Amino acid sequence: MTRIHKVMQELKNNNGKAFVPYVMAGDGGLQSLPERITFLEKAGATAIEIGIPFSDPVADGPVIQQAGLRALENGTTLKAVIQTIGEIRPIVHIPLIIMTYMNPILAYGIPKFIEDSFRAGVDGLILPDLPVEEEDIIAGHADKAGIEIIRLVSLTSPLERIHNIANRGKGFLYAVTVNGITGVRQGFNEQLLQHLKKVKNISNLPVLAGFGISTSTHVQEIIQYCDGVIVGSKIIELFNQGDLDGIVELINAVKTVKNSLKDL
Amino acid sequence: MTSLTYTLPDERGHFGAYGGRYVPETLMQAVLELEIEYKKAMADPSFQRSLHGLLKDYVGRETPLYFAHNLTEHLKGAKIYLKREDLNHTGAHKINNSLGQALLAERMGKRKVVAETGAGQHGVATATACALLGLECMIYMGAEDIHRQQMNVFRMELLGAKVISVNSGSATLKDAVNEALRYWVTNVEDTHYILGSVMGPHPFPMIVRDFQSVIGYETRKQFIEKEGKLPEAVVACIGGGSNAMGMFYPFIKDETVRLFGVEAAGLGIDTYKHAASMTKGKPGILHGAMMYLLQDGNGQIQEAHSISAGLDYPGVGPEHSHLKDIGRVHYESIKDEEALEALKLLCQLEGIIPALESSHAIAYALKLAPTMNRDDGVVICLSGRGDKDVETVRARLGGNE
Repeated sequence: MTRIHKVMQELKNNNGKAFVPYVMAGDGGLQSLPERITFLEKAGATAIEIGIPFSDPVADGPVIQQAGLRALENGTTLKAVIQTIGEIRPIVHIPLIIMTYMNPILAYGIPKFIEDSFRAGVDGLILPDLPVEEEDIIAGHADKAGIEIIRLVSLTSPLERIHNIANRGKGFLYAVTVNGITGVRQGFNEQLLQHLKKVKNISNLPVLAGFGISTSTHVQEIIQYCDGVIVGSKIIELFNQGDLDGIVELINAVKTVKNSLKDL
Repeated sequence: MTSLTYTLPDERGHFGAYGGRYVPETLMQAVLELEIEYKKAMADPSFQRSLHGLLKDYVGRETPLYFAHNLTEHLKGAKIYLKREDLNHTGAHKINNSLGQALLAERMGKRKVVAETGAGQHGVATATACALLGLECMIYMGAEDIHRQQMNVFRMELLGAKVISVNSGSATLKDAVNEALRYWVTNVEDTHYILGSVMGPHPFPMIVRDFQSVIGYETRKQFIEKEGKLPEAVVACIGGGSNAMGMFYPFIKDETVRLFGVEAAGLGIDTYKHAASMTKGKPGILHGAMMYLLQDGNGQIQEAHSISAGLDYPGVGPEHSHLKDIGRVHYESIKDEEALEALKLLCQLEGIIPALESSHAIAYALKLAPTMNRDDGVVICLSGRGDKDVETVRARLGGNE
């Protein structure tokens, strides 16, 4: 059983919901990554999404883009991040998932990237510029190493496509909650909640919602329709402001909601 | 060399190893639908009639194939012909594609259009097509390019487009594409993205090539009419590569025709100030496609440099990348200084002020033609006129020329 599958199963058994925070590796210096990871695990994160900076992150909004540029200015490389993950892995028990764009991986060399990631104890990959049509480029290597590619579905994905993506999926399904880029938003509409219910009905995998989730109220609202949330831009802001209590508060927001799906 | 059954891209939008659809899931439905609607439109006689009617009466096609007698005599080599895309309405080849895609947007019921622009020629062409068809138009342009091309910004605004300045990255074309893609992801339901070159996710490289291939088909026919044979060489400049792809495509199967794509070497390919992605780049993924890219060893995209805003892009279209690998097209590079000299020479000998982009193609032809026989023919794609560049040229030449 993979580490991601195990934590999701445990949550289900305990009537819990997942909270997956995003950290940009190298924002604040690469030396801050291990302390951020251990802090988030201790605060109750289900898994951690570790962003690898890329010069042209078209799926990301200004907060993550700026964090990525700061990380690049600090000299952060994919190689160094994998090495850091390998060093922290023995004391971290939750899944660690790399989120990046395809080009840094191509430059690294796909087989070597998978091999090094496997050795470092990486559990999953989120690749926002890799739709299922193109995933053959890496999926075989990842499958062999037991590294799970987390597939994304969006509000614009038609039903048949959601079925197809959900069937191929590993670990959990990442439901993008807005037509747009990552970043803080005011709220969500009913169309989204209906969409999440639809995805949840189709998918045998746990469904985690991400993009634009930034307050405890958001978390509590949206989590009634899915199995967990992914929070990126807000976590980056809170780390930058040194507001660790704010992070704990967000994570705690999932714990107050029971694992039952709300009817619309 | 090449097969007589060149039918790329394949059904997944790949040109050999290049191309594809490396975009966020939110855009996948839009690009899949676009491919279907595009194929339907191209098979629809009424769409073809609208397109060709406008190309003829609005754009001013066909453009002449002009024998550059003075330049030919000056070089004492092959006969030089200029394909006069600079005589198109709005002053460059870009209108061929903008008009085609704007008609496609209208047909798909999308009343809003977003586009990126480097030198401003694609922005002006798109703003023009949108004004004609009554579509709402938004153009992303790098702050650096806005500074370099103020007259084109004014033209776009005059045509009713909203021009949005992009300050991220190098504040040039690459960053304008990023922002246009972000806007499209956010507004995909009512907006069509008129991508300006043979790049981006499938089907864009195919669509832009097809709309631009009118250049090569006309050239082929006109050259045969004038010389009774095919040219020995065809030369075009390459940024993203749309004028070159449109020019080359109808000649790909003609193995006797040598094809030359000319990139911007900027201050020199041994400096970091160039835009020579074919010469100095490696295959990678940017803006939705696999292609040759200027990048560092960690896969971070490097900033390009060229005196010409339209060539200032760190990648090149996927079909060009494939044509390089199979050896069908030769890719060369020309420095800023050489392009400026070529621009001056064409002004003085032929009374034509070419765009700085096209001046790169001319500069390479100046080297090529003298090595060829006097019976041979070279066609240069004069992709655009130089009015937009006179300030840049004046600043470099000191206004004394």
